[in-house]
Amino acid sequence: MEAAVEKQSLIFDDADWDFDVLQRTLEAIEEIALNDLKLDIYPNQIEIISSEQMLDAYSSHGMPLMYKHWSFGKHFARDQMMYQKGYSGLAYEIVINSNPCIAYLMEENTMAMQALVMAHASFGHNHFFKNNYLFRQWTDAEGILPYLDFAKKYIAKCEDEYGFEEVEAILDASHALMDQGVFRYSRPPRLSDADRMAKLAARAEHEELTFNDIWRTLPNTEEDEEEKEERQAEVRNIKLPEENLLYFIEKASPVLRPWQRELVRIVRNVAQYFYPQKQTKVMNEGCATFVHHYIMMELYNRGAIGEGAILEFLHSHSSVVFQPDFDDPRYSGLNPYALGFAMMQDIKRICEEPKAEDREWFPEIAGSGDWREILKDAWANYRDESFILQYLSPKIMRDFHLFAIADNAKETHVEVSAIHDDLGYRRVRERLAAMYDIGMHEPNIQVIAAALEGDRKLTLQHRVHDGRKLNEDTKDVILTHIETLWGHEVKLEETDA
Amino acid sequence: MAFSHFIDRRKNPKGKSLGNRQRFLKRARAQIKEAVNKSLRDRSLKEIEKGEKISIPSKSTAEPRFRLDPETGKREMVHPGNKEFGKGDKIKKPPKGGGKGKGKKASTDGDGEDAFQFTLTQDEFLDIFFEDLELPNLVKRSLKEIKATAYKRAGITVSGSPTNMNLIRTMRNAHGRRLALHRPSTREMNELKEGLFALERIAQPSDEEIALRKDIIAKLEAMESRRRWAPFIDPLDVRFNAYEPTPVETTAAVMFCLMDVSGSMGEREKDLAKRFYMLLYLFLKRRYERVEIVFIRHTHHAEEVDEETFFYSRQSGGTVVSTALDKMLEVQRARFAAHEWNIYVAQASVGFTQSGDAKRCVEILNEAIMPISQYYAYIEILDERELEVFSNEDSGAELWRAYRTFAPAWDNFAQTRIARPQDIFPVFRELFSKNKREAA
Repeated sequence: MEAAVEKQSLIFDDADWDFDVLQRTLEAIEEIALNDLKLDIYPNQIEIISSEQMLDAYSSHGMPLMYKHWSFGKHFARDQMMYQKGYSGLAYEIVINSNPCIAYLMEENTMAMQALVMAHASFGHNHFFKNNYLFRQWTDAEGILPYLDFAKKYIAKCEDEYGFEEVEAILDASHALMDQGVFRYSRPPRLSDADRMAKLAARAEHEELTFNDIWRTLPNTEEDEEEKEERQAEVRNIKLPEENLLYFIEKASPVLRPWQRELVRIVRNVAQYFYPQKQTKVMNEGCATFVHHYIMMELYNRGAIGEGAILEFLHSHSSVVFQPDFDDPRYSGLNPYALGFAMMQDIKRICEEPKAEDREWFPEIAGSGDWREILKDAWANYRDESFILQYLSPKIMRDFHLFAIADNAKETHVEVSAIHDDLGYRRVRERLAAMYDIGMHEPNIQVIAAALEGDRKLTLQHRVHDGRKLNEDTKDVILTHIETLWGHEVKLEETDA
Repeated sequence: MAFSHFIDRRKNPKGKSLGNRQRFLKRARAQIKEAVNKSLRDRSLKEIEKGEKISIPSKSTAEPRFRLDPETGKREMVHPGNKEFGKGDKIKKPPKGGGKGKGKKASTDGDGEDAFQFTLTQDEFLDIFFEDLELPNLVKRSLKEIKATAYKRAGITVSGSPTNMNLIRTMRNAHGRRLALHRPSTREMNELKEGLFALERIAQPSDEEIALRKDIIAKLEAMESRRRWAPFIDPLDVRFNAYEPTPVETTAAVMFCLMDVSGSMGEREKDLAKRFYMLLYLFLKRRYERVEIVFIRHTHHAEEVDEETFFYSRQSGGTVVSTALDKMLEVQRARFAAHEWNIYVAQASVGFTQSGDAKRCVEILNEAIMPISQYYAYIEILDERELEVFSNEDSGAELWRAYRTFAPAWDNFAQTRIARPQDIFPVFRELFSKNKREAA
C-alpha cells in the first residue's frame, strides 16, 4: 500500500521516456530552477535527435547550421569512426548560446539521463549564457542563428558562382587565423549584423532589378565607389598595432574582392562568437554541473525521482567530474567539470559552514549563508582566470593535490615551484589562474605596419613572452595563407616584449 | 508552459554532413587513393566488399594554427595528484622524442597524431579503387539489345496528368485570355460594390442617386455574366509538360570467368584465383550495370555454375583445360551471338593440363575464341617459389609456354602471373587500366 502511494508521486520510474514524461520532468526541474535557485534563463527549445544527427552536429562546432567546409567533414569522419569503434561515446547533450536556448537530447538516453541533461543544459548553461558578462558583451544570442543561416547560404552561393576551389582557398586561409581573428579588449567598430544583412539583401535585390542578360557574362566583382570609400574610411580608423588580423585583412587587403572580404568576415564573426566559450570553460561547465547536481538531489529529496534514477544519476555525475592524477594514463589536464563543480560546491560550503581558514581567506562571504546570490554574482561577473584567482580555496587545492611545475626549455630538469601547503597556496592559485588566461598561452600576434601604398608589405609582430617562440612547422604554412589573403609580401617578426 | 518547449527532430534528414564529407574526400583524394590501394593488398575475399578503416598522413589535411613551441622559453604549469613532491624538488625531463609521458605533445593540427584515421564506406572504397579502370575495346553495339528507355522532356501538350501540369504556361494562357476577353477584375467589381453600398446607405436618395444605383446594379450584373463566360481559368488554358520515351543505347557485354578448380590447384591457388575473380566481379557489377557474367569452372570436365558455387563451393578432380574453353564456346553460341555481344574472357589456372591438351587449347583459342573476343586475359597462378624461377617471360608452365607461341598474333590477348595476394591488385590494374589501353 505504502509502495503504491510512493510510486504515484514519482514523475518517472522507468528508463524509457516519452514526451509526457519529459514534459512533467521539465516542469518539476523548472520549478526548482526558477523558484529555488532563482535562475534567469532564455526560453528553452529542447530538441530530440538521433545519435547520427548528434554526430552531424558535433562536426560543425555543435551548431545546427553551418557553412560547408572540408574540415567539418574531417572532424565528422574521425568522430564517426571513434564512435562506431567504441573508442569514445557521444556527449549526452549539445547546447547553443541562442535565444531561445536550443539544447539537443539524444533519443538513446534513459529518462534519468534526459532529466540530468535538461537540468544541465537547459537551466545551467542557459543561465550562464544569459548572465555572464562575456557572453552579454561579445555575443549576440538573438542574432547568431539568422547570421549562420545567412553565412551558409552566402557561401553556397559563392561556391556556385566562383567555384569550390576559390571559396576553399579563402576559407582555409581564414580558418588558420581564427585564433587571431577576435577582438579581445575593445568592442569591434562594426555595423550590426542585421544592418549588414539588410544591406546585402538590398544589393541582391538591386542586381535582380537591373538584371540584364547581355551583361550577365561580364564579371561583376568590383566594389562600387561608395563601398570602397566606406571601407577605406574604416581602414583609416584602424590604429596600429591591431590585434585582430582577420579584421585588418578584411578591411585593408589590397587584393580581396568584395565576396572574399565577406567570407573573411563570416569566419571572423564565428571566431568571435566562440571566443567567450574559450575563456569560461571551467565556469560554464561548473555552473551547469552545479545546477544539475543541485536539481537532481532536490528532486530526489522531494520524492519526485526514485532510488534507481538517483543511483544512475550519481554514476554518470561522478564520471563527469572524475579527475585523473597527473601520472594517470587518462590524464589530459584539469577537467573543467571537476574543477568548476568542486569550486562552486566549496563556495556553498564556505557560505554555510565556514572554518577558521575560510574566514581568513574569504571574510566577505564566509558564513553569509546566501550562497545563491554569491554564486549568481560569480557566474555573471567572472571568467575562468578571475574566478580562480578570486575563489580557489586552500581546501580545493588540498583536495586536488595541486602542485606547480616550472619548466625552462634550457634546463634538463623541471622544478616543483609550489605545492598545496601554506607557503604555496597563493602561488599555485596564481599559476593556475594564469593557465586559464588565453593571452598567456596563445601567441600574441599583431599587425604593426602595412604599406597601403608602394610595395604593400604587411608586417606582423609576435610579442614573445617568457621566451616562448612560435612553432616553426605551422608558422610558414600560415604565412603562406596570409599571403593568399593579403596578396603581397608578409613578414612576421618575433620580438621580446 | 510558456518558457520551454520540445521539438522532435528525429525524423529530420540525416547526413547533413554529407557535403562536408565529400569536400573532405575530394581534398585528400591522392592520399586516400594510395591508402586504399595499400589496404586492398592485404584483404581477404569476404572483406573486400566491406568498408574499410584507412589512415592517411595528417599533414595533407592539417588545419594549421599559430602555436607556441613547447621547446622554447619558460612555463609554469599546475597539475593535480601530487603524492610525494615538495617545493624545490627537481625532476628530470623525459627524453625528447619517445616517452613523452604525461600530457600530449602539441602537434601541428592539434590532433596529437601523425596519421589521420577514418572509415570509408564500401561505396566510397570501391569507387576510389576502380576509379580509372575500364573494359578495353568496348565497341560493338548491339542492335537487338535496345531495351532500356528513358523519359525525355518533349515540349508542352494540352493533355496529361495533373502532376505534370505546367503552371507557368497555364497561368500565362489564362492571363492572356482574360485580357483579351475583358474579364472584369475582382477589384473593379469591389469598387462598384462599395459605391453601391454607399448609395444604399443614403436614407432618402434623390432621383439621380436612384438612377445611379440602378445603373450600377445593371453594370454589376453585366460584369457577373461576363465573368461567368470568361472564367479565371478555363480548361482551354491548361498545359502539361510532355515526356516521350526515348530508347537508350546500351552496350551488351558478357564476361566469361573460367577457373581451374582441379587437384593441381592447391587451396592457396584457388584462393588467389577466387580473389581475382571477386575483384573482377565487383568491378563489373559496379561499373557496367548491364554486363552479363558467366561463371565456368572446370576439372577434367567443365560446367557453368552460379556465383555462389563459383566462389564458395569446393570441388576437385583431374585437369583438362580445353573442356572449359569448349564449354565457354557452347554457352556463347547458345546465348551470346558474336555479332551482338562484346565478349570478354578471363581464365585462371596453375598452367598444368593433360599432356597434349595445351596444344588443343591453343587451337580452340586461335580458331574460335580469339576472333570473336574483345579481350582475353590469362592469369597463371604460381607457387611463390616458382616466381623466382619463372622470372623470364618465356619460361613457365605448359599452358603459359603454349600461349606465348600465339599471343603476339593477337593484341587483345594478355597473359600475366600472380604468386602472392599482393600481386592481385597490381595485376588487375594492369589488365584493366584505362591509360595503358589508350597509350597502346
